[in-house]
Amino acid sequence: MKREIWKGSEAISEAAIRCGCRGFFGYPITPQNEIPEYMSYRMPQAGGVFVQAESELAAINMVYGAAASGIRVMTSSSSPGISLKQEGISYMAGAQLPAVIVNVMRGSPGLGSIQPAQGDYYQATRGGGNGDYRTVTLAPATLQDAVELMQDAFDIADRYRNPVMVLVDGLIAQMMEPVVWKERETDEAFDKSWTASGRQGRSRNNFITSLFIDASICENHNELLRKKYTAMEERECRWKEIMTEDAEIILVAYGTPSRIAETAVGVLREQGIKAGLLRPVSLWPFPSPRLKELASQSHVKAFLDVEMSMGQMLDDVRLAVAERKPVMFYGRTGGMIPSVSEVVKAACEAYEEVK
Amino acid sequence: MIHLTFQRDLCKGCELCISVCPKKLLALDAAVNIKGYRPAFCTDEESCIGCAGCARICPDSVITIEKD
Amino acid sequence: MTVIYAKPKGIQDTEMHYCPGCSHGTVHKLIAEVLEEMDAIDDAIGVCPVGCAVFAGNYFSCDFVEAAHGRAPAVATGIKRTHPHQPVFTYQGDGDLASIGAGEIVHAAMRGEKFTTIFINNAIYGMTGGQMAPTTLLGQKATTARDGRNKELHGSPMKVAEMLSTLDGLVYAERVCVTDIPHLNKAKKAIKKAFTKQMANEGFTFVEILSSCPTNWGMTTLEANRWLMENMAAYYPLGVIKDKEAE
Repeated sequence: MKREIWKGSEAISEAAIRCGCRGFFGYPITPQNEIPEYMSYRMPQAGGVFVQAESELAAINMVYGAAASGIRVMTSSSSPGISLKQEGISYMAGAQLPAVIVNVMRGSPGLGSIQPAQGDYYQATRGGGNGDYRTVTLAPATLQDAVELMQDAFDIADRYRNPVMVLVDGLIAQMMEPVVWKERETDEAFDKSWTASGRQGRSRNNFITSLFIDASICENHNELLRKKYTAMEERECRWKEIMTEDAEIILVAYGTPSRIAETAVGVLREQGIKAGLLRPVSLWPFPSPRLKELASQSHVKAFLDVEMSMGQMLDDVRLAVAERKPVMFYGRTGGMIPSVSEVVKAACEAYEEVK
Repeated sequence: MIHLTFQRDLCKGCELCISVCPKKLLALDAAVNIKGYRPAFCTDEESCIGCAGCARICPDSVITIEKD
Repeated sequence: MTVIYAKPKGIQDTEMHYCPGCSHGTVHKLIAEVLEEMDAIDDAIGVCPVGCAVFAGNYFSCDFVEAAHGRAPAVATGIKRTHPHQPVFTYQGDGDLASIGAGEIVHAAMRGEKFTTIFINNAIYGMTGGQMAPTTLLGQKATTARDGRNKELHGSPMKVAEMLSTLDGLVYAERVCVTDIPHLNKAKKAIKKAFTKQMANEGFTFVEILSSCPTNWGMTTLEANRWLMENMAAYYPLGVIKDKEAE
């Protein structure tokens, strides 16, 4: 199949259009501006709607409206803008609306920097807005991954009527690399009888709301959501492994650091250290069961978590490993990217401690 | 002949209907309804001109007006 | 027997939770009558606010979406842009529209979004219990302004219809009230005109309805209506604020 060179942001946008997204509502923020820029001309060509909103808050609420009326819809932003979208994401989870939110993470907190970072892991995997809810969070490491995960993201959103976040660091959005466009038809037919798209002869109206003023009804609603989250945990967990079969030290990383870690695994193997890599593709649900299995295997001596943060996914790794084996950490923040030699050094130090 | 039907238990006794009746035919009942409000009723249906002002302004759609 | 007046088809049988004498129920019915007359109940999509009208989707019989506080114009933008041939409206109070949602309504009007906004201005926060709104009159008491609204501290009340009328995208704005039958007739006419202009794709349409909140004003229904006409209508003039066609 034909390989084409694409820029990350544009590949993500084109992938969304190819899987039936017909509404994009966004607001400029670096380093994701190429997504709204691409959507502004490409979406109308595909028969969809593009609106540059007055704020991230307005953009996510436009997404809320379009999703409520049955349209496959998305938005994108970067860290500070995603914070503003949290209100809408919580409301969508509460009102059970499907949508895809792309977060191109930059250095934070506050305005931080505009270089790649992974400081929004907690926000993405713990809900981020108010209330007991979850968003499935998918983290591509290559552009090929990104375009394929966009289809998964929209399908998961529709399958569970729940917002899905695609979490990439700025590097993946800004880089160029080859993409192969594969034809992939959605094989699932999604129920849209619940949408507020005009009553059209239905026996009663549909009312999309996240308000359940009676406490017992609200609890029942939360139970319904909990069942969905349990189903997501059972069905939507995704990860990839490299050379974990005999690994003594397993690196755990997602996004850009997983690419660096993969190179580091090769270097470590050349140096005679049996290293492997586990790359969570879904950050929520987190591949805890697989990590637990690996932690129980006798050849595994330690884990090294590598992130572009102060150690957020680290919590999930530690929860899964649960003291079975030591978990070490190496991270850079603020837009600084760990180098292969830094990761190799951290892995060697970890290995020295446990061998 | 005009007929007014009041859904007595929906009425909140706000008196908006009373205030708009051009013939001053409406009043609040002395007895309360299921909600504890004194509901509106028509004191003289025969004099009603069927303008429907009372029914239109009623926020709770208490009043239905029909003609023989 | 022929029916002269019965509950409009656009209103469900559910009992409304509004306080006695509140204007919401009357306005709901006017909108429902207009939708029925335009044969639009099956097509219309309403967006309700946070505030007393938060349950409006349980009362109207057309499809409804409940928005986050102040965000109804953004939600309606998402709906109308993807359903350009269907009538879409927001129903918002003054706290929702003029305070927390000031940004969203201004930009929807600026873009000339082809939906209708019904703005319930009762000069107070109703659902939360009588706090000061951007529309509270000078001197009017509120639970967060016990001595009354003070120009030095709080500024003067916001005339939303006039403010939005400076924007080119707004094609029609009228301020009405529903205190008596002549005013109610004008209000219904304004709502119908707004929906008609929306369906003719003319631009953003806005109907501000001076409304009463007897509970939080601490008045009877009839006292509240008198106070509205004497005080609110004096500061917020009734009538057409902008009609692009007539200009």
